[in-house]
Amino acid sequence: MTARLLELTRALGARIVNNWIWRLGFACRFLWLTLKGSGSSFARFHLTLREIYFAGVLSLVIILVSGLFVGMVLGLQGYDTLVRYGSSEALGVLVSLSLVRELGPVVAGLLFASRAGSAITAEIGLMKATEQLSAMEMMAVDPIARVVAPRFWGGVISMPLLAALFSAMGVFGGYLVGVRLIGVDEGSFWSQMQAAVDFRQDILNGFIKSFVFGVAVTWIAVFEGYDAPPTAEGVSGATTRTVVTSSLAILALDFVLTALMFRGL
Amino acid sequence: MMTRKELDLWVGIFAVAGIGAMLFLSLKVANLLTSFSSADMYQINAKFENIGGLKVRAPVKSAGVVVGRVGDIRFDNSSFEAVVGLNIDSRFKFPKDSSAKILTSGLLGEQYIGITAGGDSVDLKAGDTLKLTQSAVVLENLIGQLLYNKASEGGDNKK
Repeated sequence: MTARLLELTRALGARIVNNWIWRLGFACRFLWLTLKGSGSSFARFHLTLREIYFAGVLSLVIILVSGLFVGMVLGLQGYDTLVRYGSSEALGVLVSLSLVRELGPVVAGLLFASRAGSAITAEIGLMKATEQLSAMEMMAVDPIARVVAPRFWGGVISMPLLAALFSAMGVFGGYLVGVRLIGVDEGSFWSQMQAAVDFRQDILNGFIKSFVFGVAVTWIAVFEGYDAPPTAEGVSGATTRTVVTSSLAILALDFVLTALMFRGL
Repeated sequence: MMTRKELDLWVGIFAVAGIGAMLFLSLKVANLLTSFSSADMYQINAKFENIGGLKVRAPVKSAGVVVGRVGDIRFDNSSFEAVVGLNIDSRFKFPKDSSAKILTSGLLGEQYIGITAGGDSVDLKAGDTLKLTQSAVVLENLIGQLLYNKASEGGDNKK
């Protein structure tokens, strides 16, 4: 009995060490190599521009449409609750604060992880599976500097822009539903919002959040792609892991960042 | 595959739209330009017996117009009073004998500081302390007072 329990504990420990700690250490060294090799992605900026196109521009439609709908739903639901307390003019505050502080960075990050992160993983994983990365090494081209770093920076640059677009679109959606459809007074909608939203406390913190999420998602995506077993099964598994891990990372990091940023309120 | 020029154009549009969204959030939503920057402000102090639920960054209003913000709230351990630092926009000057009140916007709204100008010919300088202050109305005290009055009225009627 005791021997069996020991065996189970040992198996658990081995799993944690092999699957989590070892991979985390590997991922950190990989990030360091990526940062060290990012010189060329700025010197030859068109490499990064191409990745901004794939990660950012192609995610625009889903980000803008979901932002609009999230804002409109917030407008409807928020009005429904606020009108009971006779403070429907605070709708602008509710919509803008929830978008700028939380929903903008988090939902844009989740969408970004599934739209762009999975594509990055699949692309790098397939390059590895078809031995394109090894071919580059044979030609004395560093695949981390040539393939990984531009994708990393493309994602990191795109993510804050996408989150800002999501929030702006959401505020517009809330305005459409609140002011145009329901008929909340336009002046108090904007003025209460402007009185309640603070640049440093809300907008800047939201921007920092979206930047951190961008780093986390792209880091996980490029690492999973580079680390994928070079088989069809391995690439598909890595793509799934990218979406799952980065979604969890976004939500966990969001809690940590919120606790750090808004504790003083 | 698209040409390099097309790709650059799209990325450019994306960057412009993203920066435009950030500007929209900063200017229209957070109203960055008209809110006060710390450069052109001076700080005066006001002592209150009770500040109620006043928070840092609450507005300071005079005649209903925002003229500054609450900079910091400290506790004076010698007089057992709250010392509130008020950052006032330097465009606005107030006489030395002005008074400060803690007011509430609406019945349950947030609390702010109202400054009523006095008649002195000398203006307040940075670091000055307001002499005349009126503490926040604490709802519990008010209800307690009301109940006390009601009870004493009831006692009178019995006689």
